[in-house]
Amino acid sequence: MKRKGLMVLPFALWAIIFILVPLGLIAWYGITVEEPVAYTEITLEDGTPAFRLEDGTVQTQEPWQKKAVISFQNFKRMVEPTYLRLLIRSLKIALLTTLICLILGYPVALILTGKDFKHPTLWLMLIILPMWMNFLLRTYSWMSILENSGILNSWITALRNAVPAIDQWFTARGVGNKIIFLYNENAVILGMVYNYLSFMIMPIYTVIEKIDKSLLEAAADLGASPSKSFIRVTLPYSLPGVLEGITMVFVPAVTTFVISQLMGGGKVPLIGDIIQNQFGKSSDWHFGSSLSLLVMVVVLAFMGGLQQIDKDEEPQKEVRIF
Amino acid sequence: MENIILSIRNVKVVFEDGFTALGGVSLDIGQNEFVTLLGPSGCGKTTLLRCIGGFEKPTSGEILYKGQDIIPLPPYKRNINTVFQRYALFPHLNVAQNVSFGPDLRHEDKKETAKRVGEMLELVGLKGFEKRRISSLSGGQQQRVAIARALINSPDLLLLDEPLGALDLKLRREMQLELKRIQRESGITFIFVTHDQEEALTMSDRVAVMRAGEILQLGTPVDIYNEPESAFVADFIGASNILPSTMVRDKLVHFLGVDFPCVDTGFGENAPVDVVLRPEDVKLKPENDPAEGVPFGTVESLLFKGVHYEMKVRSGNDVLLVHSTHARPVGARVKLTVAPEDIQVMRKSDFSPDVRARKGEGGVQ
Ligand SMILES: Nc1ncnc2c1ncn2[C@@H]1O[C@H](COP(=O)(O)OP(=O)(O)O)[C@@H](O)[C@H]1O
Ligand SMILES: [Mg+2]
Repeated sequence: MKRKGLMVLPFALWAIIFILVPLGLIAWYGITVEEPVAYTEITLEDGTPAFRLEDGTVQTQEPWQKKAVISFQNFKRMVEPTYLRLLIRSLKIALLTTLICLILGYPVALILTGKDFKHPTLWLMLIILPMWMNFLLRTYSWMSILENSGILNSWITALRNAVPAIDQWFTARGVGNKIIFLYNENAVILGMVYNYLSFMIMPIYTVIEKIDKSLLEAAADLGASPSKSFIRVTLPYSLPGVLEGITMVFVPAVTTFVISQLMGGGKVPLIGDIIQNQFGKSSDWHFGSSLSLLVMVVVLAFMGGLQQIDKDEEPQKEVRIF
Repeated sequence: MENIILSIRNVKVVFEDGFTALGGVSLDIGQNEFVTLLGPSGCGKTTLLRCIGGFEKPTSGEILYKGQDIIPLPPYKRNINTVFQRYALFPHLNVAQNVSFGPDLRHEDKKETAKRVGEMLELVGLKGFEKRRISSLSGGQQQRVAIARALINSPDLLLLDEPLGALDLKLRREMQLELKRIQRESGITFIFVTHDQEEALTMSDRVAVMRAGEILQLGTPVDIYNEPESAFVADFIGASNILPSTMVRDKLVHFLGVDFPCVDTGFGENAPVDVVLRPEDVKLKPENDPAEGVPFGTVESLLFKGVHYEMKVRSGNDVLLVHSTHARPVGARVKLTVAPEDIQVMRKSDFSPDVRARKGEGGVQ
């Protein structure tokens, strides 16, 4: 018993220092605002003006001190349309990103687990490999492809110069010399899908890989064509992986600020950008923390909802008689 | 055989790693026949079933089902159902949903299906288990769900891969009778796999004894039991006295140091053979009994087995197992008689006791 307690100690310490304390700080900052301390002007015996603060201390400089006061005014501020709109846009972009990752990732995972597919681990490596490259580097390379004077535009220009028909096609649709790919929602979504796709593929691949092949054989034996056995066996069994993938994509997507700043060029601010702003330029840690709490609640609600789906699928436990 | 439903012709399976699991198996199976593949673990029984079910593609050979070559057909296009050795039940579905998997795929009437599921479960002794989770069932119960799940489809051909392996003895006996009854009444052709010789002999119309990817002998249980053609078959179906012998000439065989008249012919003169003697076919007499008999050896042990006594009689290195209703005391010197028709002469094979002793091998693995 004692020994077990000792083994838990390092983790408990770690959890306290790196999880509980920061969370507590954010919660504290979130539910407080700074107010100037109250004071009264007085004159000292030698005639110099001075200030007596609430707590009784006396100083000659004009009071600069602030104190944290518990207040929910930050939460009121959050529901202002400006911030609500940002939150809704962030949710929309994150959900779209998740959906696209699912639509792209599921088939990839399925193909990789196919029994005729040779070297699935090699392909998996190829999918993960770019993820080992620096995140910023990856996003910057997309920017250099999509920029107004970027690779894609220069190719299109070359193509239009070479083939008049294509040029006419573009001109007829009112497309100018350069196509603007960057700095809009689509660019942000592209950046997110590119960065988070492997988070969707991996968990789905893992669960499909683990499905007992004999279950697929049993389904085929009972008359299920490949598509039917996919719907009746593979799909229900891969659901936990799908839910995990959704979480793994949705959570970073709803909180990111780097991608929206780079690919969106500041034109598509998300809730993450505003939070980052509060800790940076605006230097309002209290409002930043309140917003973080809001995002946390959204994420928790989302994951709670997902878990509900998982529970519904999970066979309800029954009492074993024999 | 009049209606052949399945014809397996020279089917070979060589796996990717070069291992030959089936080395050219041929077998014709008649409509409504109960054929058992009997053999030790690893001899290729499951592989042969998987070829018939469509889960394994033979390297060469043909499988004709109702006259049609089914090797190119995927499993779901074959009107054949399988009870898998490892059950392969769907853990995300309950018992009833597992059993109704086939009918549901065919979009059969829900009410009718539910009724049939109930009947099937009753048939396998799991009445009222409809709503139970698979994970809450014991191995034996799961096995019976697997049987119900296959049977409900009324296939023309049912493949059963050691379907009673997880049942305890009493239930096993009951299910043997039940399966046999179902097979007779439903007209379904059964290909049944087991490594239990008693199960094979009691249930089957014909038994195919397999060893290392080959069918060594195919015949009715009585044929297999009474006239094993090789030492392996004799040993596998439980014969105890397999004796290296020499065929002196037609109808005369030499073993235990003595010439015995027999009924077998066609082995040539002075040909090495093996002989099987059933323990119950050997008659012992006291050595001083005036009746005929070959002086043999000494009773080494005596066990009462209920219906009969089991005795071991030794002469030099030879030990003979004898079943008899007359006990001979341990230490008594005896002579023995064997009727010529009770001597089963078999061709020499690499499984003969003397050959194996030379190679330093053990018994059946
Ligand atoms: N996919 C495979 N690759 C290589 N060897 C296999 C494969 N499947 C089965 N075997 C081998 O083939 C032999 C026969 O297997 P199996 O048909 O399952 O035997 P049984 O059902 O009679 O016990 C075994 O030695 C087994 O190890
Ligand atoms: Mg097997």
